[in-house]
Amino acid sequence: MDVTLRVWRQDGPNRPGAFEEYFAPGISSHASFLEMLDIVNDRLTLDNREPIAFEHDCREGICGACGMMINGQAHGPQQGTATCQLHMRKFRDGAVIIIEPWRAAGFPVLKDLVVDRSAFDRIVEAGGYITVDTGSAPDANLVPIAQEAAEASMDAAVCIGCGACVAACPNSAAQLFTAAKLAHLNLLPQGQAERYIRAEAMVDTMESFFGSCTNHAECEEACPKNISIDFIALLNRDYIKAKWRNGRLAAQR
Amino acid sequence: MATTEEAPTRRRYPWPIEFYRSAVGKKWVMALTGIALLGFVVAHMIGNLKVYFGPEDFNHYGEALRDLGGDLVPRTSLLWALRIGLLGAALLHVHAAYSLTYTNWKARGGRYRQRDYVAVTYASRSMRFTGTVVLFFIVFHLADLTWGTAPVAPDEFFRGDVYANLVASFERLPVAILYIVANLALGVHIYHGTWSLFQSLGYSHPRFNRWRKGLAAGLTAAIVLVNLSFPIAVQVGILEI
Repeated sequence: MDVTLRVWRQDGPNRPGAFEEYFAPGISSHASFLEMLDIVNDRLTLDNREPIAFEHDCREGICGACGMMINGQAHGPQQGTATCQLHMRKFRDGAVIIIEPWRAAGFPVLKDLVVDRSAFDRIVEAGGYITVDTGSAPDANLVPIAQEAAEASMDAAVCIGCGACVAACPNSAAQLFTAAKLAHLNLLPQGQAERYIRAEAMVDTMESFFGSCTNHAECEEACPKNISIDFIALLNRDYIKAKWRNGRLAAQR
Repeated sequence: MATTEEAPTRRRYPWPIEFYRSAVGKKWVMALTGIALLGFVVAHMIGNLKVYFGPEDFNHYGEALRDLGGDLVPRTSLLWALRIGLLGAALLHVHAAYSLTYTNWKARGGRYRQRDYVAVTYASRSMRFTGTVVLFFIVFHLADLTWGTAPVAPDEFFRGDVYANLVASFERLPVAILYIVANLALGVHIYHGTWSLFQSLGYSHPRFNRWRKGLAAGLTAAIVLVNLSFPIAVQVGILEI
């Protein structure tokens, strides 16, 4: 199949960028979206032109490295998958495909389709840890966990940190990512010791980079892991409790 | 020489203020004040239905509002307490909206060349617009039927004759159209607000989430239909002096 790409090209951070058009004939409909980009890049390299920079790693939807805005949708038109799991058969022959990087002030563009997502690392650093005993390894299954709690926690823990939620949000809010990382630990017994310190620290860090949630639910649709915005409600609940409790704890010092 | 510098600790304010400083806190405040304002809209709508009982009943209802609390409190004191509470809720609601809008515009990293939204509704995207329309409408509405400020109020405005004022005002076609447009904007605003406030307050659960859309739609339909009926009833001559 033949497709035409309109791709955002940008030399580096804080440099002006523009769309460039590439005609890509003879692409197999079995190719994944990233394989299609590989083919285009091979041809560009043979032409002595700069290949399109994009992030990728596992190519099986579990690492969260790849991600781009494809025809106005994060990770493209297919629901519940990352860009690497999108195949060219989802596009018709002769299609024009517009490819853009994630756009958010918290995700500055580094080059072409690559954005700096280290704001996510700052959020995880703020509270994505638990206290454990050091020394010899504990027995497995030492802490009893209700099946429901484990399942709910896993539904949050599937987050791969790709950034599609921020990219899809009209407010560039990172609520779904933060809620997933927070709920993942706050729903488990191991996460209880720092539960409210975590809620306050992660949300406050998030708000220093990103916008605020206005409940459009666009993130839920964009998420390659189908994480529910119900976790954002959990974040809202835990955050108000955290402000109350942590304020009282500060008064005891 | 090693120096041990203490991290600068910001003064911690009482927790409601600390909470309001955050965007999540502002959304809580928007939801709570939204409930208060929504409660007013519903009560106002139900009270106004008395206009269909005729001038005496309706004017009596207006007087009864001033007599709220009966002989237990000074006359109009309870009404003023409600008004001040409502004004406070409205100011907080608008301030939080203004502040969050500024935050969100700053957080944007430029526009996409193409963006296909999947989940957003017209209501959720237009909250800032419909909210502004409603805000200006409230000022107009107060000038028209509460304060009787010329030239907004009808020439025949007479303080206390609520029924005649309403009919005289809505007999002016441009004013009737303005009320209809403003109440449609209010309906769109309430639709997203009613659905959204549960999420902001942390009440989101698959068990009752399907109710939320129904509640939002039902409440919106009731408020819009009843509120639109007043200017239309005056225009077609069902309500007249």
